Amino acid sequence: MNSLISLLQAAIYFGTVIMFGSLGEILTEKSGNLNLGVPGIMYLGAISSLTGAFFYERAAENPNPVVCVLIAFICAFLASALGGLIYSFLTITLRANQNVTGLALTIFGSGVGNFFGGSLNKLAGGVGQISVSATSAAFRANIPALANLGTVGDVLFSYGFLVYFAIAAAIVMQWFLKRTRVGLNLRAVGENPATADAAGINVTLYKYLSTCIGSGIVGLGGLYYVMDYTKGTWANDGTIEGLGWLAVALVIFTTWKPANAIWGAYLFGVLYWMNYYIPGLTRYSQELFKMLPYLITIIVLVITSLRKKKEDQPPANLGLAYFREER
Amino acid sequence: MMILTNPQTENADARRTAGSVSAIEMRGVTKTFGEVIANNNVNLDIRYGEVLSLLGENGSGKTTLMNMLSGIYFPDAGEILVGGKPVTIRSPKDAFELGIGMIHQHFKLVDVFTAAENIVLGLKEEGRYDKKEVARRVREICAKYGFDIDPDQKVYTMTVSQKQTLEIVKVLYRGAEILILDEPTAVLTLQETEKLFSVIRNMRADGKAVVIITHKLNEVLAVSDRVSILRHGEYIDTVNTKDATEESLTEMMVGKKVELNIARDDIPDKKKRLSVEHLSVTSPEGVKILDDISFEAYSGEILGIAGISGCGQKELLESIAGLQKTEDGASVVYSDPEDEQDKQLIGTNPKQIRKLGIHLSFVPEDRLGMGLVGSMGMTDNMMLKNYSDGKSLFLDRKQPKELAERILKELEVVTPGINTPVRRLSGGNVQKVLVGREIAAAPTVLMTAYAVRGLDINTSYTIYNLLNEQKKSGVAVIYVGEDLDVLLELCDRIMVLCGGKITGIVDGRTARKEEVGALMVKKV
Repeated sequence: MNSLISLLQAAIYFGTVIMFGSLGEILTEKSGNLNLGVPGIMYLGAISSLTGAFFYERAAENPNPVVCVLIAFICAFLASALGGLIYSFLTITLRANQNVTGLALTIFGSGVGNFFGGSLNKLAGGVGQISVSATSAAFRANIPALANLGTVGDVLFSYGFLVYFAIAAAIVMQWFLKRTRVGLNLRAVGENPATADAAGINVTLYKYLSTCIGSGIVGLGGLYYVMDYTKGTWANDGTIEGLGWLAVALVIFTTWKPANAIWGAYLFGVLYWMNYYIPGLTRYSQELFKMLPYLITIIVLVITSLRKKKEDQPPANLGLAYFREER
Repeated sequence: MMILTNPQTENADARRTAGSVSAIEMRGVTKTFGEVIANNNVNLDIRYGEVLSLLGENGSGKTTLMNMLSGIYFPDAGEILVGGKPVTIRSPKDAFELGIGMIHQHFKLVDVFTAAENIVLGLKEEGRYDKKEVARRVREICAKYGFDIDPDQKVYTMTVSQKQTLEIVKVLYRGAEILILDEPTAVLTLQETEKLFSVIRNMRADGKAVVIITHKLNEVLAVSDRVSILRHGEYIDTVNTKDATEESLTEMMVGKKVELNIARDDIPDKKKRLSVEHLSVTSPEGVKILDDISFEAYSGEILGIAGISGCGQKELLESIAGLQKTEDGASVVYSDPEDEQDKQLIGTNPKQIRKLGIHLSFVPEDRLGMGLVGSMGMTDNMMLKNYSDGKSLFLDRKQPKELAERILKELEVVTPGINTPVRRLSGGNVQKVLVGREIAAAPTVLMTAYAVRGLDINTSYTIYNLLNEQKKSGVAVIYVGEDLDVLLELCDRIMVLCGGKITGIVDGRTARKEEVGALMVKKV
């Protein structure tokens, strides 16, 4: 029983990181932009929130938890949105190849992250490991009355607010895409920009906004990773990059529907951590289990491709630049 | 509703009195694309409560002219008046706001959306997005004009006719008072066409101004009140439909013959090269594109193929080149001059055709799409046809390079160098590279489609000369063209296609232009 609870908890920690990543990427892809810079953007979100929190904690004698959260949150969102802006400028305005630009952004983001991560560790001095304990504690704070409800509390209420924020974001995004005019227009841009353009929709604006906001949300995955998952520390171990690619896989798994990202992300988490809770596995067979999320994504791809249901396909114009005069 | 902000709604009542109130006036409108003049000093008068046909051959500038009303293009010169006031239409949005709605030939619909979602797309209406309210208003419009559409049906499950209906409902929902339909019947069956016409009549009765772009004379006579005729971008005339006949309209549409002085030698001793029998092609949507085509092509002859574009020309050439799936029972027999044997081409693929020793060269309509690789230079493009020749593991670049240099010199291709990506060359030079390569393959049958499209006069003549030289050397040339004057002077025989059928094969030396023009629009 205990090991099941801790598996579920691990899955939810893990799932929240990639849920942010895939929600942001869904929003981006709905505009027809295939941003493969997700891992890089997560790095940007992670390192900027850490940097912001680090300097605030160093400057303030008694860091205020609310200010800590705000600074980290805003830093993560803005830096990531800026990454999205770079991508947007290159692919939308200059019509650069989306795949190449996205991959470059991943390399750029991980470079920036690891460079400044190392610098922060050095600045922090001491044992060579920084820790923004006050900010991390604020992010991990839960409501004790609920968290102490035994098993229910452990499984449902023992997390920091970003876990619930991610779920709320998924639901809001689902509603936004399905039920609002702006969401409808955005989907049209990703499906058929020429039609959207003829209908009087500002295709460029929609692409820019959804890519930048989407990137901002992706960056929250990085924020959650450093503040909650690793409890306010930095390690140059490339975990974020692995999580970033899983988030991209999750986008396919959800068939571009934000609501599916909720259970999909937790399922990926369970699959990823399962190997720790199955007795008798060697180090080698553990690695096989870590493949499962990717394997499932491939199976989903095969099934949706076979079923050919139009609603489960990626946005029709995904990966293509739009240029009005090109006919 | 959008129409409430529309300045001309004031005289909505006057409009109902039909046929006299001017909706749009175009005065001296000119539009050029580079050196090509698409519309030259065109005047047009569109009125409420009336159906106006815009008649002209392909490339006569009908769609370009209407695109200036729908905000796709902006005129170089001239004036557009809506409801008597001069207006500037810079985008499709401006057009909506003036009450102008255009239904394009290629539908602008999102496949995975429902009908209702497509209708409200991009609209800035007040209040919440209420699906039920939208559906109710869609049904209201449908009932009013006799449309049949389900607001919740997904577009990808719709037939072509349903999609077109949806496009019309879409512009009506947006409060369009002036509707422009670009070749609306091109994709419809006869019954669907009848249904569309009754809807158009309903709209006319409701006081809307309707413009249909078409080249089908029977439709012009059936549905419109007045006809405006364009030819080669020039405005010819506007006549009342009741005073017009098919003959008078054809004459205005194709015009008098123009002397071009293209050389045409008579080659004696012609031999049969290709004989096509019972060739039919059906599109994936089940529409017959080619219907029982039979003809023969001879060496030392240019066989012209005339017809409004989209009548199966492309599919015909592709069938012969082995690129198109044909219906059972078709036969394309090639008489090989080398071993004097007849060979069946149906059932083989382009590569097999080449291996059999049959030299078919095909200059496709879409030069850069199918003929050449835009990002590669001339040399590399030369290699596309023969890279698999030879036994060496490595490519032989020497011969293609020599060929490229020869074409560069002989055809006077203007390019910074033979390794410059051909995409950066002008249309005429791209065409020269393509035709040059095909001719260098020493074909016995040379098929070209729209070989001079978009080319200036001098380059066009270079191409004509090239084709004539091929003819002299015993090649059977098949030339799909759109300019009747050229066809009449260049070709020995002209085969006319209309709606996928052969409506006649005439002698290029004796045929009259009106005769060919009439065949191009002949109903079978």
